Amino acid sequence: MRRVLVPRLAELAVVLFGVSVIVFLMIRLIPGDAVAIMLGANTEVTPDRIAALRGRLGLDQPIVVQYAHWAWAALRGDFGTSLWTGRPVLQEILEHLGPTLELTLLALGLGAGLAVPAGCVMARLRGGWVDGAMRVVTVAGLTVPSFWLGIVMILALATLAPALQALGYVPFSADPLGNLGRMVLPAAALALPILASLSRLVRSAMLDALGQDYIRTARAKGLAERVVVYRHALANALIPFVTSVGITTGYLLGGAIVVEQVFAIPGLGQLILGAIAERNYPLLQATILVVTAGFVAVNFVVDLLYLALDPRVRP
Amino acid sequence: MLGFAVALVAVQAGLAVAAPLVAPYDPLAQDILARLQGPGAAHWLGTDQFGRDVLSRILFGCRASLAIAAASVGAALAVGGSLGVLAAFYRGWADRVVMRAMDVLFAFPVMLLAIGVVAVLGPRPGTAAVAIAVVYTPIFARLLRAPALAVCAGEYVEAARAVGARDMRILLRHVAPNLASVALVQTALLLSSAILVEASLSFLGLGTQPPSPSLGLMLAEGRNVLMLSPWSALFAGAAILLLAFGLNLLGDALRDTLDPRLRGPQ
Repeated sequence: MRRVLVPRLAELAVVLFGVSVIVFLMIRLIPGDAVAIMLGANTEVTPDRIAALRGRLGLDQPIVVQYAHWAWAALRGDFGTSLWTGRPVLQEILEHLGPTLELTLLALGLGAGLAVPAGCVMARLRGGWVDGAMRVVTVAGLTVPSFWLGIVMILALATLAPALQALGYVPFSADPLGNLGRMVLPAAALALPILASLSRLVRSAMLDALGQDYIRTARAKGLAERVVVYRHALANALIPFVTSVGITTGYLLGGAIVVEQVFAIPGLGQLILGAIAERNYPLLQATILVVTAGFVAVNFVVDLLYLALDPRVRP
Repeated sequence: MLGFAVALVAVQAGLAVAAPLVAPYDPLAQDILARLQGPGAAHWLGTDQFGRDVLSRILFGCRASLAIAAASVGAALAVGGSLGVLAAFYRGWADRVVMRAMDVLFAFPVMLLAIGVVAVLGPRPGTAAVAIAVVYTPIFARLLRAPALAVCAGEYVEAARAVGARDMRILLRHVAPNLASVALVQTALLLSSAILVEASLSFLGLGTQPPSPSLGLMLAEGRNVLMLSPWSALFAGAAILLLAFGLNLLGDALRDTLDPRLRGPQ
């Protein structure tokens, strides 16, 4: 296991280092004087204030020293304080992380959960005009903009059942039913594209698996068709499925940021857009770093899971 | 399937290019007295909250969407594709450095990286195109490197080298043509997602700025008057869907036609 883990951990370290360098350079790449731009969003720009903020952000030091300070603090969980509220950035991120994470996980559960049976059905129905129709339907599902779907859902709900409250957010701890009731529509809107892409994947992986020799062997030794399909073919078809779930998480996170705006959910999208409007670059920087690190970690775990699931890729 | 996809994309692209000729109204012309109308004889798809013609704004919006998608995916193909092919051709440390850099860019969730780029450069349609190009560069690099490795190991490349062809000539004459089909399929698929990413950015207020006609922006503006007149938001969303759908179907059909090895089991 160590032979597998060590190179992967080294790769992980390189990627995280690169991500941190890019995020670190963000403020420094802003055309013009970033400090004056940041100040200009909220107060009058004076040379004194510029110097003070520059000192506070450490921008008056050599760039390598700046990076070392910043990265070391970030490793200890210190992402600095928000420019305008003065509160720790990490605290603001954690407050907004909950709704986005809930939305992402619900959509992932919904999309991935339904994709397996849908893909199996599609694999069984293959051939002839059904194939063509299925392709058109899945491509349409794949390319429907989630935020538009959300708007259509809100409109439909307002027309059909005006009494139901679809917008806003209540924490799960305060009102579990109200929380889930409001999350169903955004999660469904977000889940449809991944349901389409993952069910296509399951379908082709199932067809691939069903054509293998071991399936013929399983049939030849007289196993029930149900056992052949689900125990032998599906188990193998799920391997590429698991790998793509990792990538899907990143897509969902991005989609969630947009769909949140449609349903007025106070998640990371609200935090990020607010930070851009206020030119609160340290907050934006920290949010991108934390979310990307989380995404990298998810993909790392999925990678390991893939190794555990498929003995063939073990070295 | 390929014929249908080509026809669909051709009609949409034709309408987008010819928008100034076929649009019934000026997309910026306001007619306050005729605002928030539903579909009718004067305005086929209705009007928005300023009385602007929805059909004209959609036609010009498609034009803007396609232009941004084409510019960004083209740039990503040129930069990412070249990096991937050069990495495969020269191998060694160049390969390692380039591909690690691509891994790093690939590590960001797409929307987050695009938002970050827009935040740095300022919200404008041009920056949205840059953002999408940055996001798609590693995808082309990774996607073209693998087949390029196989092509570069081919005997005809060795033969070309043996007769003294320069690297540049080998790359352009012998390597690139063999990668064209992979690149073409991926270009169509990424054009489709670029339409969606651009619409998302504009919807968030980070892409095209008002009053320019943009599909994502129309959705954002239409959402505010959804209960009064949903037409603008509904039609703009349908236009985004149709654009992305056509291009994705085209990529899918091209894949089946160009590369039998990529075809799913029949």
